[in-house]
Order: sequence, then structure tokens, then C-alpha cells
Amino acid sequence: MSTYTLNQYPWWKYLLIGLVMLWGFIFALPNLFGEDPAVQISGAREHIAIDASLQDRVAGLLSAENLPHKQLELEDGRLLIRFTDPEEQLKAADILKDRLGRDYIVALNLASSEPGFLRALRLSPMYLGLDLRGGVHFLMQVDMDATVKQVEESYVEEIRTQLRSEKILYSSVGRAASGGILVEFKNTAERDKAVEVLRKNLRNLQQDKSSPLSLKLTLDEPEIREKRDFALQQNITTLRNRVNELGVAEPIIQQQGSERIVVQLPGVQDTARAKEILGATATLEFRLADEENDWYQAASTNRIPLSSRLYKDREGRPVLLQKRVMLTGDSIIDAASGLDQQSGSPAVFVTLDGKGAKRFEDATKDNVGKRMGVVFIENKTETKRVDGELKKTAYTVEEVINVATIRDRLSRRFQITGLDSTREARDLALLLRAGALASPIEIIEERTVGPSAGKENIAQGFRAAMIALVVIAAFMIGRYKWFGGIATAALAANVVLIVAALSMLQATLTLPGIAGIVLTMGMAVDANVLIYERVREELRNGNTPQAAIHAGFDRAFDTIIDSNLTTLIAAIMLFGFGTGPIKGFAVTLSIGILTSMFTAVTGSRALVNFFYGGRKLQTLSV
Amino acid sequence: MWRFDFYNTNIDFLRWGKLAIGWSILVLLIAIASLVFQGMNLGLDFTGGTVIEVQYPEPVDIPKVRNTLRQAGFGDAQTQHFGTSRDVLIRIPPRDEANAATLSNDVLHALQGAEGGAGVTMARAEFVGPQVGAELVEQGALAALGALIGILIYVMFRFEWRLAVGTIAATVHDVIFTVGWFSLFHIEFDLTVLAAVLAVIGYSVNDTVVVLDRIRENFRKRRKGSILEIMNRSINETLSRTIMTSLATLLSVIVLYFLGGAVMRGFSVAMIVGILVGTYSSIYIASASALYLGISREDLLPRAKETADERP
Repeated sequence: MSTYTLNQYPWWKYLLIGLVMLWGFIFALPNLFGEDPAVQISGAREHIAIDASLQDRVAGLLSAENLPHKQLELEDGRLLIRFTDPEEQLKAADILKDRLGRDYIVALNLASSEPGFLRALRLSPMYLGLDLRGGVHFLMQVDMDATVKQVEESYVEEIRTQLRSEKILYSSVGRAASGGILVEFKNTAERDKAVEVLRKNLRNLQQDKSSPLSLKLTLDEPEIREKRDFALQQNITTLRNRVNELGVAEPIIQQQGSERIVVQLPGVQDTARAKEILGATATLEFRLADEENDWYQAASTNRIPLSSRLYKDREGRPVLLQKRVMLTGDSIIDAASGLDQQSGSPAVFVTLDGKGAKRFEDATKDNVGKRMGVVFIENKTETKRVDGELKKTAYTVEEVINVATIRDRLSRRFQITGLDSTREARDLALLLRAGALASPIEIIEERTVGPSAGKENIAQGFRAAMIALVVIAAFMIGRYKWFGGIATAALAANVVLIVAALSMLQATLTLPGIAGIVLTMGMAVDANVLIYERVREELRNGNTPQAAIHAGFDRAFDTIIDSNLTTLIAAIMLFGFGTGPIKGFAVTLSIGILTSMFTAVTGSRALVNFFYGGRKLQTLSV
Repeated sequence: MWRFDFYNTNIDFLRWGKLAIGWSILVLLIAIASLVFQGMNLGLDFTGGTVIEVQYPEPVDIPKVRNTLRQAGFGDAQTQHFGTSRDVLIRIPPRDEANAATLSNDVLHALQGAEGGAGVTMARAEFVGPQVGAELVEQGALAALGALIGILIYVMFRFEWRLAVGTIAATVHDVIFTVGWFSLFHIEFDLTVLAAVLAVIGYSVNDTVVVLDRIRENFRKRRKGSILEIMNRSINETLSRTIMTSLATLLSVIVLYFLGGAVMRGFSVAMIVGILVGTYSSIYIASASALYLGISREDLLPRAKETADERP
């Protein structure tokens, strides 16, 4: 091989590199455009159509208020209204919220102002994390102990009923302190009878007969897992509905691990209200009224029958309900207010899920004509001053929101009537829906970034990245002259490719993510440094310039692969472990390492070949 | 045009090998002692609690803010300026039984209600429950351990076990040094710093691997010379690269330190310390450790099949 043909790439290699860079520029392009303040309208429920007629209506409302808008767009089942000025955006959002009513979710949004052809290609700018765009991040934990407790309590009642109907003498049934259900007996013979009965009728309970006068029953693993999973899913659904109430453009509500839920609300400024709405957890319980005992006597003497509990209704009147829970709120799929078709009086229509329906049918069929109460349980926190210090205490408020007579065997769909007004019906429906939560949740992590702080973070990050690029460029050119210039071009190409990859993957860019990009810049030139130092060495060893270039790239390659792969291992570990912003760092670092191998090795090789390849060089200034 | 060159350096690095290792052990003992006796100034991410960053329209005195907070029942809050004299950072330690979800709003309202506080805005608020913090400590340690094991396996596979052990020794050295620095100078150690420490692991190995690559190459190429000479020679040959890359990375992190905002400061400090110590350790610790572990020429000679590919 002659040294003249040493450093030449075939045309297709240039073409390939050109295509990759073209891809990079196209995908990075949307990031060059700013964002328009916008208002986004979507349906609060599935059947609400977002169509041209709504578009006309909104346009009419806006022009009636003299609010100029840039553009109205109908896409993906939502209506996006762009404004030029954030003031107009806020005003328009208030007006639309008021006029459109509760059927629509009106949310503030920032819409990329990229030109239509980019949007048509479905290209979007990088997805900014909450630390860059402002907003709230909540990590919520579902109280799984409470979930299991609830299940066990319903079994306690079930067992009591079973034993009674089989006439087995027991001295007590209750939840054991260490978990599980403990049934105590007067003698072993009775216990053995119970063992048989319960084994037959409640076969999913594990029995522990180690002590002669008692029987311990525990839920089996699959059932606990199922209940926990259900509790989590139920909470996610409820949170989703509540977030809709808040009007957030691109909320994220997702499961994390087995008992946690992440809620991210970009752009939310009023965090107190967000927490109020998200944090007010509630559950519902349907219980039969205790009609054998007198509530008045129970309330005044404070002697409450063992199988019952004394509650208060919304007006503070005492109500005596049985302890046994017929149905919990997690079985409710929907509750809507309306008018009873026969009487025309206000009513609430309740829909249950399959399991709940079955359970409710069994529970109500023998109780037609009896009264049933709905207990609304709210988990609240209170700030109190104790000895000069503010103390928060969690407490529950239990309230009977409705007592009605069971007219028929109740199943999948039933209605609650006898309500005084349509307002009462609406309130009850709202409470039933809000109470359709499996178990209490608690906020265990919160990160809020104000919108201006987010903007400042972007500005600082962007400036730091730019200056780092300039400083490194000066450093490389100072040391390697033209070759330094080539390294700088490769570095700039690397940044374009990182931005393109982030935009394409829609990976979240965070402030540590920007730090990752800056760090990658420093590390990306390492490949060039390795190559150039090698070229210098080869020159010193008396090689011709072309041979030195060839050997430099060739021999440095293994080292570059080794050193980059080890860094990648660390970055991947970071990704696996990291949460939120840290994950953003791992993402940009990993992407940066991969793209830098391409730009610093293949890209700069192409430029070197283009400028130096095939020429007769006497000296090489590197 | 400036230039610095290290072509013809012939520094007998490994002559100081024993001294370097002794010195490193001493420094590490100090770092570990500091970690044991002084502990870490762990940030909110790990301890749990609440941090609120607020911005005043005008510069504000810390004692005034402190007083307002004390009156509002936040006597346990720590208050300091953050960045500028208009920005105030308030830390509130974790409270028992407290669902601290509304704590940040209470603090903001208290500040806004006080004299001169009408224009106070919240820049950032973070609340981390104690259970989350404990998990993050555990996961962080696991990630660091995982990265080290992954790299150990890779280097063993690519090189030889003594060099792998040397690499890991150098990397562990860098991690303990960096973490020890944060302990000794009581700099807050939060999640971003942890990320930086993991990046230091990557960087340190990256730096070391280049030296090792050259050692291996020279072992195969040169038939003459003792192990010590070849190692020294390799370190000298890669010296200008080591310094150039360290400087380039250092420059980018220094830019980040000054321009990346207060949030990135801890991250930048960890990276700066890590890069400096990583450069030192890849020169001294990695090769010296392999040397004292008794590495020999045969350990690095190519297997029969590869010999044919060797260049003269």
C-alpha cells in the first residue's frame, strides 16, 4: 500500500457520516425554536368530544373577550390555543375554564413554536425535566399495611358469621397484633370443628393450629400481592382523575416499585392547592345500620354494642352502624348524579366492578328493607402548636354521608335516592368518587421548582455548556493547531448528536443532564488527544506524516474503546440506580460517550482524510 | 502559540512508587478517620427533611429571616444565603410524625407575611421522607459497588488480574479520597455529588486503562528492559495525553463550577477533586500496585495466535 492512498476514505464513508450528521441536524432542529404560551383543552371524560365545533366555540369566546390568539390547533383529541403573550394566556385560561365548565380540562402549556413541517414529521424538542421547566414532583407511598388490615377486618366478620351459623362456640375473633386473624375457643373440640368449617369455606386462609385453644389464620401470599397491586392501581386511577381536576398539560402519573406512585406536574405553581387536592385521601365503607339497638341510648350512655360503632352524619347527628363492612369504596367504578326516571327526584347512580357487585349482592339480598349507611373516611393532617413548636399530626375523619333503605337486592348498578336536592346529589356523587380509593397514601418526597428558577437553570446550563465548548476549543486549537480545529468540529458535532438523540428518545433533560453534556465534552476530546499524541509519537519515531496519521488513528483505537467502555459501565450503573435528575445525568453521559466514539474517531478521521489524505506532506503540524 | 511537551521526559515515576503508596495510605487513613469520626455532611436527599429556597426582591439579612421563622414555629430551621444576598436557603430537619407535605407552603406563607416579605417567591422546595433517604444511601452504595465490580470484570477480561486489581485499587483510592474530601471540609454531600463520584469512578478507570494499554503494548514490543523500566517508559509516553485529557476535562468542570449555578457546585467540586486525584492515581497507584503484586512479562505476552499480528 502506498502512503498516498493511506488516509483516504471511500465515498460511501463520507456519505454515511454525512447522513448521520444530517439526521442529527434534523432531529436537533426543533430545539432552536422557542415556546409559545398556550392553553390546552381536553375532555374531562372519555365521551367528551374535542372537535371542530368546540374549536369554533372557543374561537368565539376568545374574540368576544378581545383576546387575540396566534393559532388554534386540533390534534390528538386536544385543542391547543397559542398566544404571543403569557398575560393573554392566563386571562384566556381563566375565561375558558369558567365558560366551558367541568366537562373540559383547561390547562396551561408551553407549546414548541417549531414550524409546521417539523411538527408534521413528528419531531419535537428535548423533553425538559421539572428542574428546568418548573413544576412539582411527588413521590407517594400507598399504605399497604392499611390495605391488608382492611382485608383482614372483612375476614374477621366473615369468620364470625360462619362460626355463628355453624353454632361453634368461640370466645373471640379479631385481628392479631402481629398480623393475621386470631380466633380463640373455650376448648379444643370446638376449635377442631372450626378448623374444618373454615377450611371448607375459606380455603384461601392459611391455618396455624399450634396452640390448642386458638386458631390463627393468615392471608396467603398471592392474595396479599393481589390486594396490594389492586390498591396501587386504584390509587393511580384516582390520582389521575384528581390531576385532571388540577388542569395540568402533561402530567405523569406512574407506578414506581411495588407500593409507590410518582406524580409529576409540570408548570404547576400553586403547590399548596396541588397537595390539597392530591393529598386529601379518602375511603368509603358501606355498612348496615344497627337497627336492633337504639342510637340515642348508645350515644347518651356511651354504651355501644360490641358489633356496632357510633358515627356522626354530616349534620353531626349520631348514627349507629354495624362494624361489618359490606363494601368498600375501591369497588366503585363510577358515581354520577342525576334524576331518578320514575320520580324525577335527585339521585346518585353508582356502578360497581364485578367483584364488588357480587359481594354487594350477597350482602344485600338478605337485608332488603333494612337501612344502610355510607361512611366517608378522610385522612387529613393537622398542624398544631405544641410547646411553641408546630407539630403535624395525621388523623382520620369518619362521617356518614348517606343512610338509605335497601329497596332491592343491589348489584352492579344501583341508585341512591331520597336526597333533598340536586346539589346534595352532586356532592354525594363527588364524595363517592373521591372515596373510591383503596387505601391511604402519603407524600414521601416532594420536589418543587418555581418556573423562574427553572428558566434560570436552563440559562445557566446553556451558558456553561457554550463556554465550556469555547474553552475546550481554544485549548485544543492551542495545542494541536489545525488538528485541534478538527477536534473542535467533532466536538460540536457530538453536541448536535447528543441533542438529536435526546430529542428522538424524548429522554428527560435535567440540570445534572446538562452537567453530563459538559462533562462529556471534556471527556470526548480524550479520544482526539489519544490519537494526536500518538500521531506525534509516530512522527518523532521518524514516520512519514501520512504513515503517522494512519498509525495514530489505528493504534489509539483499542485504547479509546477500552477507556470509553469502562466509563460506560459506570454510567449504566448510575442509570440503573438513579432517580429523576440523576437518571438525566446518566442518560446524557451514556449517550455522550456513544456519540463521542463516533464523532471523535470516525468523524475526525473523515475530516483529517479529507484535508490531508492523498496529499504529499512534508511536515505535519500537530 | 503556546505549547508544552513531555516527549522526552524520562521521569522515574516508580522510584517513588513505595513512597506514593505510603503517602496514599496515609491520606486514605486520614480520609477514613474523618469519615468515621466526623462523618458526612449528608444532604437532604439522604437525611430526609425539607429544603426551601426562596428569593427576595431586595437583599435580605439572614438574622431577620431566622427571627421570622422562629416566630412561626420553625425554630429548628437552618438559614443561609444561597448564591446571592437575595436568595435564602432554609433547611428544616425531618420531623416525627409530620406529613411535611405542606411544610414548604407554611414556611413561604410565614415569610410572605413578615415585614418586607411581600415579594418573596419560592424558587425550589424539596421534601424527602426519612424512608426515601435511607434507601438512597443503600442504592448509592450498591451502584458504586456495581460499577466497581463491572469494571473489575472488564479489566480482568481485557488485561490481567494484577492490572485489574491495580485499577480497582486506584479507583477505590480516588473514591475514598473524594468522599473523604467532602467529609473533611464538611461540604454537603447530596445526590448530584453521588452522581459525580460515580462519574469519577468512570473517569479514573478511563485514565488508568490508557496507561495499562501502553504498558501491555510495550511489554509485547520491547524485548529488553526490566518490568520497572517498561512501566516507567509507558507512563512517560502517555504522560502528555494524561495531562492533556485531565486539563480538558478539568476546564469543562471548572466552567461548570463557576457558571452552572449553585445547585451544580457540589457536583463540580467532586469532579475537580476526582479528576486531580484520578490523574495522580493512574500514574502511581495502578502501576505500582500491579508491580508489587508481582506482575511479570509473561503475564502480558500475547497468546501464540496473536503474535503473528504484532508489528515489528
